[in-house]
Amino acid sequence: MSEPIAKYRDVHKSFGDVEVLKGIDLDIGPAEKVALIGPSGSGKTTIIRLLMTLENPTSGTIEVNGKNLWHMESKNGLVPANEKYLREVRGDIGMVFQHFNLFPHMTILENCMTAPIHVKKESKASARKRSLEMLEKVGLGDKVDLYPSQLSGGQKQRVAMARALVMRPKIMLFDEVTSALDPELVGEVLEVIRDLAKEGDMAMILVTHEMDFALDIADRVLFLNDGVIEADGPPSEIIGNPQSERLKDFLSRFTSSNYSHS
Amino acid sequence: MDSIIEISLVLLKGIKVTLIVLFFSIIFSTVIALVAGLSRSSSNLLLNKFTGFYVEIFRGTSLIVQLFWFSYALPGLFNIHLGSDIWAGILAISLNYGAYMSEIVRGSIAAVAPGQTEASIALNMSKFQRMRMVILPQAVRMMLPEYGNYLIQILKATSLVSLIGLTDILYYGDIYRSTHLSEAPIVYLLVLIFYFILALPLIAFTRKMEKVSKKGVAHG
Ligand SMILES: Nc1ncnc2c1ncn2[C@@H]1O[C@H](COP(=O)(O)OP(=O)(O)O)[C@@H](O)[C@H]1O
Ligand SMILES: [Mg+2]
Repeated sequence: MSEPIAKYRDVHKSFGDVEVLKGIDLDIGPAEKVALIGPSGSGKTTIIRLLMTLENPTSGTIEVNGKNLWHMESKNGLVPANEKYLREVRGDIGMVFQHFNLFPHMTILENCMTAPIHVKKESKASARKRSLEMLEKVGLGDKVDLYPSQLSGGQKQRVAMARALVMRPKIMLFDEVTSALDPELVGEVLEVIRDLAKEGDMAMILVTHEMDFALDIADRVLFLNDGVIEADGPPSEIIGNPQSERLKDFLSRFTSSNYSHS
Repeated sequence: MDSIIEISLVLLKGIKVTLIVLFFSIIFSTVIALVAGLSRSSSNLLLNKFTGFYVEIFRGTSLIVQLFWFSYALPGLFNIHLGSDIWAGILAISLNYGAYMSEIVRGSIAAVAPGQTEASIALNMSKFQRMRMVILPQAVRMMLPEYGNYLIQILKATSLVSLIGLTDILYYGDIYRSTHLSEAPIVYLLVLIFYFILALPLIAFTRKMEKVSKKGVAHG
């Protein structure tokens, strides 16, 4: 495997006295599609929020594209990263949230165009072109002048994906992006993610409870339990042929189909 | 009927001062509220505490006393002269209402859903861009209805400047009444009507802002 796009080394994270992550070591390859599964409260969201710089680790290091995320070089050795450095490193990462977090005061198109114009200093015309392309790609080319409140949950989530894609991230993080949706809207969102996964060049970490989906698109599945990665392997092994009792027990809660694919 | 017209003509003489005080007080208190509200939302502890001190002082003391301070006490004590009494009046009202309104600014900024900040971090916006393009536009929508209410209160507060000798509507009403004692009820009725008419556009503005603010905000 070539140089990993993201690299966790002995990462711990506590909130107050509670240690949520208890030593995470993890390499994500440049185009790898990783499904992160595990019981509620096991720390899945925290793992990807650390990468998105929404939380900082209590100890350990995280690298993105070979650069330390939270510490930077200075005359005095490694010092805590400042805002400027964080913004350099963070540019390779994109994230889609469980509750969409679209900007309600902007149209769909403005939601997508704002960051490329102001963050990447792209021209308005090229930001617009790229945003329209991405909105087209997620199937919302005809909704660009609406406001988020005028869309269904599934449409909102697809806008959120387009908005993140416009920034050309090298790694994209998905935090249970279908769990706030009505069941009948889940499919359209998964479809978009499936297409992205097939395109191939962007690394993806998907926190998900959609086991069929993970089995289908992931190169690799991580089972997180109680703040440690308990199992790590191809989906056919982890989901299709689970070894540990805890993993079997966890998977047995998802009854939608059997996982004994080849 | 004649006296109604006569009194109205007298009161009209005061409308200029009332409007000047109202106009500048609205401008200055709005600017003060924004600056103080942002300072109160800042993570800079010194700035935050200093602004908090200002807000509590001006909310915790009465506007009339503040007016007297700016027009009589400060000039006497420190030889600070604010040009003329009208600026003393405007400054007192602006600082007083700026303090109150800064709390709406701070509260509205805090009420924008944290997911909005997180999404803008994920899009790699700078702190300043996040505030300017994502947080403030939503906070402003939330504060508009209450802001409108404060504008109406500022109008009412302008009548206090007659107490430091400014020649506003109420001042002329008082003058007229002092020479036509039997007409006091009609004088003050007309004063009320004058203020109410001035308040009408502010009331309409507030209504409109209530509608605007219903759209385009993520609460959380
Ligand atoms: N900001 C926070 N403050 C305090 N506790 C938190 C915070 N974020 C997460 N936690 C706690 O950390 C644990 C793991 O949370 P999370 O990473 O969201 O788990 P998951 O996504 O797997 O459900 C939970 O017990 C949660 O309550
Ligand atoms: Mg979670």
